[in-house]
Amino acid sequence: MTDHFAGAKTYPVPPTTEQRTILGKRATRLEDPPLVSGRGRYAGDINFPRQLHMRMVRSSMANGTIKSVNVAEALKVPGVVAIWTHEDIKELGPVDFRADRGAEILKPYRQPVLAKGRARYVGDPIAAVFAEDPYVAEDAADLVEVEMEELPVVIDSWATPGEFEPGRSTEGALLKHSFGDIEAAFKKAHTIVELDLFTGRHSGVPMETRGALGYYDATKDILELHGAAKVPHRNRETLVKMLGRAPKGLHVHESHVGGGFGIRGELYPEDVLVLVAAMRLGRPIKWIEDRREHLMCANQGREQRHKCRIAADENGRVLGIDDEIFHDQGAYVRTHGANVANRTLCMMTGGYDIPAYRGIAHYRLTNKTPCATYRAPGRYESTFVRERLMDALADKMGLDRIELRRRNLITKAQMPYLIEFEEQGVEELLYDSGDYELLLDKGLKAFRWKEREAECAARRAKGEAVGIGIAFFVEESGRGPSDGAKMSVDVNGDVELITGGASLGQGFETSMAQIAAEALGVDYQKITVVHGQTDRIAQGIGAHAARATVLTGGAVNETALKLRAKALEFGAELLQLPVGDLDIVDGVIVKKGAPPGGPSLSLGDLAKKLAPGAKLLNGRDPHLAVEAWFNTDHTVFPYGIHFAQVRVDRQTGQTVCENFLIAYDIGRAVNPMMVEGQLVGGCVQGLGGALYEEFAYSESGEPLAVTFVDYLLPTMREAPQIDVMITEDAPSPMNPLGIKGAGEGGINGVGGAIASAIDDALGKAGAVVQLPVTPQRMKAMLA
Amino acid sequence: MTDTVAITLNINGEDHRVSVEPRRTLADTIRDDCGKTGTHIGCEHGVCGSCTIILDGEPVRSCLMFAVQADGRKLRTVEGLAKGNQLHPIQQAFIDNHGLQCGFCTPGFLMLATSVLEKEPDIADADLLDALSSNLCRCTGYQNIIKAVRQAAIEMRGAGK
Repeated sequence: MTDHFAGAKTYPVPPTTEQRTILGKRATRLEDPPLVSGRGRYAGDINFPRQLHMRMVRSSMANGTIKSVNVAEALKVPGVVAIWTHEDIKELGPVDFRADRGAEILKPYRQPVLAKGRARYVGDPIAAVFAEDPYVAEDAADLVEVEMEELPVVIDSWATPGEFEPGRSTEGALLKHSFGDIEAAFKKAHTIVELDLFTGRHSGVPMETRGALGYYDATKDILELHGAAKVPHRNRETLVKMLGRAPKGLHVHESHVGGGFGIRGELYPEDVLVLVAAMRLGRPIKWIEDRREHLMCANQGREQRHKCRIAADENGRVLGIDDEIFHDQGAYVRTHGANVANRTLCMMTGGYDIPAYRGIAHYRLTNKTPCATYRAPGRYESTFVRERLMDALADKMGLDRIELRRRNLITKAQMPYLIEFEEQGVEELLYDSGDYELLLDKGLKAFRWKEREAECAARRAKGEAVGIGIAFFVEESGRGPSDGAKMSVDVNGDVELITGGASLGQGFETSMAQIAAEALGVDYQKITVVHGQTDRIAQGIGAHAARATVLTGGAVNETALKLRAKALEFGAELLQLPVGDLDIVDGVIVKKGAPPGGPSLSLGDLAKKLAPGAKLLNGRDPHLAVEAWFNTDHTVFPYGIHFAQVRVDRQTGQTVCENFLIAYDIGRAVNPMMVEGQLVGGCVQGLGGALYEEFAYSESGEPLAVTFVDYLLPTMREAPQIDVMITEDAPSPMNPLGIKGAGEGGINGVGGAIASAIDDALGKAGAVVQLPVTPQRMKAMLA
Repeated sequence: MTDTVAITLNINGEDHRVSVEPRRTLADTIRDDCGKTGTHIGCEHGVCGSCTIILDGEPVRSCLMFAVQADGRKLRTVEGLAKGNQLHPIQQAFIDNHGLQCGFCTPGFLMLATSVLEKEPDIADADLLDALSSNLCRCTGYQNIIKAVRQAAIEMRGAGK
């Protein structure tokens, strides 16, 4: 290893699945029994006695001054308790940043909880109605009269910036990431290719819409937010600040969550409102969003234009990538600040060894729904751009697409591979491990690339438009710094594991139970995993950026090992054997290698013997309970390749994905069944963004996709056969389990691979410049 | 508030006498008046299928019906699939095949698949795909859902013989 790891804690290669008991196995999920039985508890299923229902009155104009809000008629509706506008909550600041706290210059662009004299997108909350019944709240909301004066709209991020407010441009920031001498690279280049690329606006669109319940416990003076997700602890920090409460007086509770994908669980205006109203109106407040609201108001993403170029020498070695990005942030800066634009910039060079790079992003506000992170934020976009450039370059140089990539991949010998940016304060990337060419070889073989090339050529010769494509990408996951966990065994031998993680449906409970069970030596089904409850553990990283398994998993591993050590210490005393001779198998301390019936002690019995006052304790703390931390300064970088085969119908313009392979190196999989589930699910979402899903807007800023009839989620009919090849060739040296995240590897390269395959099908390199490739766009390409 | 109408819904063999406004949807009534929150509401415009229940033997979107239209009729919801602790083959198949992640769309898929397989135990695979394409899932990519339903089809055919 080179000295890139100097000072960092690294770990030896972890055991393989075959050497493990439960970690790495295809264990059935602990989450499932209630969920298949109708016993789930999603936000809409939570009710409090005497609750009121909140309904938002939203702007129907994309940009306008609010002249008046008349609530007189609405207040007359029986059952209406209160109607608020900005005036009623004017002491509340805008919804604050969670991440990217450094982005001071973006603060003026934050979203007020209720519009303050001005609405900036269709759906912007202007008033809130509180009523005894949700139907009544909706009736009353319809009667609220909002008078507005229209202002000019900004729709395209690449148009001349407008005025956000007097003296403030709609270009919130100009961001830059660069390294090497880009001008020199293009000056000495043998071949240069320029492209103008667009990634369409789409989003996570979980099947459960957003929901929030505010409950004020006057006895304890605790304000509770239910229906939270993703980052309960972080949201609590923000809410405490916004509401001016002591941390002990505000708690956030996660229940079942119907899908997250990065957009669910961020702090939205409605979350703040239910809390304020619960206190002020003295009754619990329930808010459940309808689908139309969701498609107009929940975070969207991906919409970028890239004016990019690539330079290569005569051997096809890439000398530099130069990209000017127009990032559409929508109407306000939400909780992520400029993160998505920054992730796009920093991941642009992907898995290639490129000596010079310059990325500039115009981070611009428009009059559309605000944007933030959606699964593989900035990476779906940057992979599309980079892989488009590689395909176009290969074509121009007359090189095979695969060969060009092979010549430029970062080699195994170059690992760990450091990417340092020149700009002050821009975080470096340290790719921790990888054998990219090995994965390429394995992937090509598994996809039958050569054979498919021939098959497609034969079909094309018969008149079909069919082709194959590829996209290589590097993902990031498990960003630090720390996460902790608490673990205890009760007298029944049942284990409680308390984490600050979050579960959005990805199988968090099962994966944490598998890690803990392996380390401690118990049946994973004996473990109850607590997550998303800020009153159970003080800190928590939540579930975002594929952090949960790596970071919380690391903490769970440490905690379970510590509990194991404590159990063995007492076990050794009770069994009168040295610690080194003991093992814990299925929750029972036994002598290693001894036949059944030998000396043993169950963890439940040991827990009984460790009750307060027990003689055995001899001055040591009672109970079989511990807590521990996992700390890391480093992100880990899984990587993958997407291979796609598509068929284009020249008559209808429809593109059908016939086959897909995801080749992905995960370091070590905690549960391959769930990893495959994450990858396949992400892949179909990616197909949506590549072919079907688009939040289109009219010239006046009217959203055109506010139902599932217009916003087209893939159905079972559109989902192709997707094969998954998980490899474990490059375990991360940055954590003891060697694991890397799985959440985003299924979606990252889909846009790039589909575009590559369509080009091949049409025999036109660089044909696809815009996602999604809808039938209309395809017809235009074919014209 | 509008006048309410007294109706009786027979859900999973049990009568629920409730009083509802004529405009109240069947989905809201099942969930909030009868307490069967396993039926989920995902879009309220009849596309996603999360609210699918079986009404007199037919799969229906309960968000597209008024409760008064179901007066006196027999409804089956996800809560009625298991017999005590014994899961229905379709439920077990979803667990075995990792046919769910967040679980929100799951009750709708379970009821849709159950109804399809009960009516047509030997359904051709292409027709099964067509039928299941009427519900949306955002987590799984569908691959494991179809696997699960195929497994359940085999078991349900076996049980029926």
